[in-house]
Amino acid sequence: MLKIENLHAEVTSDSGAKKILKGLTLEVGAGEVHAIMGPNGAGKSTLAYVLGGRPGYEVTEGSVTFMGEDLLAMDPHERAASGMFLGFQYPVEIPGVSNVQFLREALNSQRRTRGEEPLSGGEFLKLAKEKAGLLKLDMEMLKRFVNVGFSGGEKKRAEMVHMGILDPKLAVLDETDSGLDIDALKIVGQGINTIMRSPDKGVLLITHYQRLLDYVKPDHVHVLADGRIVKSGGPELALQLENEGYEAVAA
Amino acid sequence: MSALPTIKDEEWRYADFDVVGQFAPETIDNWQEIAVPAGETMRECMVIDGSDPFMRRIRISVGAGGRAELFAVNACADYARLEVQVTLAEGAHFEFGGVTIGGGDAVREFVTRTCHGAPDATSNQVVRAVHWGQATGNFLGRIDVGRDGQRTDAAQDFKGLLLEKGASANAKPELEIYADDVKCAHGAAIGQMDEMARFYMASRGLAPDVARRLLIRAFIADAFAALEDEGEAERMFAAALDVLEDAER
Repeated sequence: MLKIENLHAEVTSDSGAKKILKGLTLEVGAGEVHAIMGPNGAGKSTLAYVLGGRPGYEVTEGSVTFMGEDLLAMDPHERAASGMFLGFQYPVEIPGVSNVQFLREALNSQRRTRGEEPLSGGEFLKLAKEKAGLLKLDMEMLKRFVNVGFSGGEKKRAEMVHMGILDPKLAVLDETDSGLDIDALKIVGQGINTIMRSPDKGVLLITHYQRLLDYVKPDHVHVLADGRIVKSGGPELALQLENEGYEAVAA
Repeated sequence: MSALPTIKDEEWRYADFDVVGQFAPETIDNWQEIAVPAGETMRECMVIDGSDPFMRRIRISVGAGGRAELFAVNACADYARLEVQVTLAEGAHFEFGGVTIGGGDAVREFVTRTCHGAPDATSNQVVRAVHWGQATGNFLGRIDVGRDGQRTDAAQDFKGLLLEKGASANAKPELEIYADDVKCAHGAAIGQMDEMARFYMASRGLAPDVARRLLIRAFIADAFAALEDEGEAERMFAAALDVLEDAER
């Protein structure tokens, strides 16, 4: 479903371009959950942003195909409409725009791009209520402005409600577990399982720690270091990393 | 007839004199007088969206306990100026919500002068400016609190959003206060689109034009927050946001 080949990417900022991804190859098949772990600065968030198409994150070499299409040729909103969901490590606050308005516009914008009929206000609210309930997020929160005044845990839970409503084929979740307490971690983990555990869906979980993987059992674990996948294995690799550290395992 | 304005006059300093010079003197000198009787409320919502230069000057006198509400979208394709002078009697209120929006090279401006010459009067002015191209948005707000203007509460809030390099926004609050028990607040900020918010919205599938419309609607919303007539508020939003279609992505 997602095929990344020899991906090189650099990040452009005021201080110039910096190479971050240096030949990353990875394939996520339908029905699979992949976890990418790695130390700070390895390129984990860059990978997520490159897949999402964030401006300033430029691919210099390699290719990414998603559902048989050239992902890199699509604009960010087209990637979303084609079934990719990017979960943010730091969800963005948007004052003045309510969650309900934001999500309804997002879902209907996706549906229009796919040539489907938009949902009515009533249909949308029913869907939003169901997904908010799944993540134990108070419906009142969805009437508030997007992420404004939300705690770290509420932001991540709201991200999962977004995912539930948008119902993507592939979720790329960038450190969705950071900033979560133990209970929230469990709820978010169960949310990922409920929404994304399906033979026709895939998940790419980017994380520092093993603990989320207790709830969302990965089929494959990869170690990202210095812009490349340096080791791949099964769930046991995550445990080994937790016990021995990145340096020992990735060396 | 009073003397014609020049660019040295404070309340004309950001005007487009290439255009002002073409106005007939009687157009410039044409003040519309409005009297709001004591205890009554006057509300006007105006949309300036023509293609020719525009100027309207209004003097409003609000009687004791009365209320004048003025809401305006200035989206003219050429120089457009709305100038308002308000005199508030005891306990009267003036509410102003304005949006200048547009591209090209036009100057669009609101100029207000609020006279708090009597006790316990209040005023609240919220102006938002959204511009691109070489366009300019101005808000010049003067507040005069006279010796008898005790317990005046006057607020001005301006925010500018520039979508492109080359566009500009000017805010000039001017306060003259002769009473000692007075609250006068003013704030001004100018910035650009939040690129991270745009990417976040795109990542959820919002097409760029839809995302921008949502963000700009949120940005200008404060200007119409005090407009209780929802139908009129929607008309104002539509007038402002429809201009966006001319802007580059």
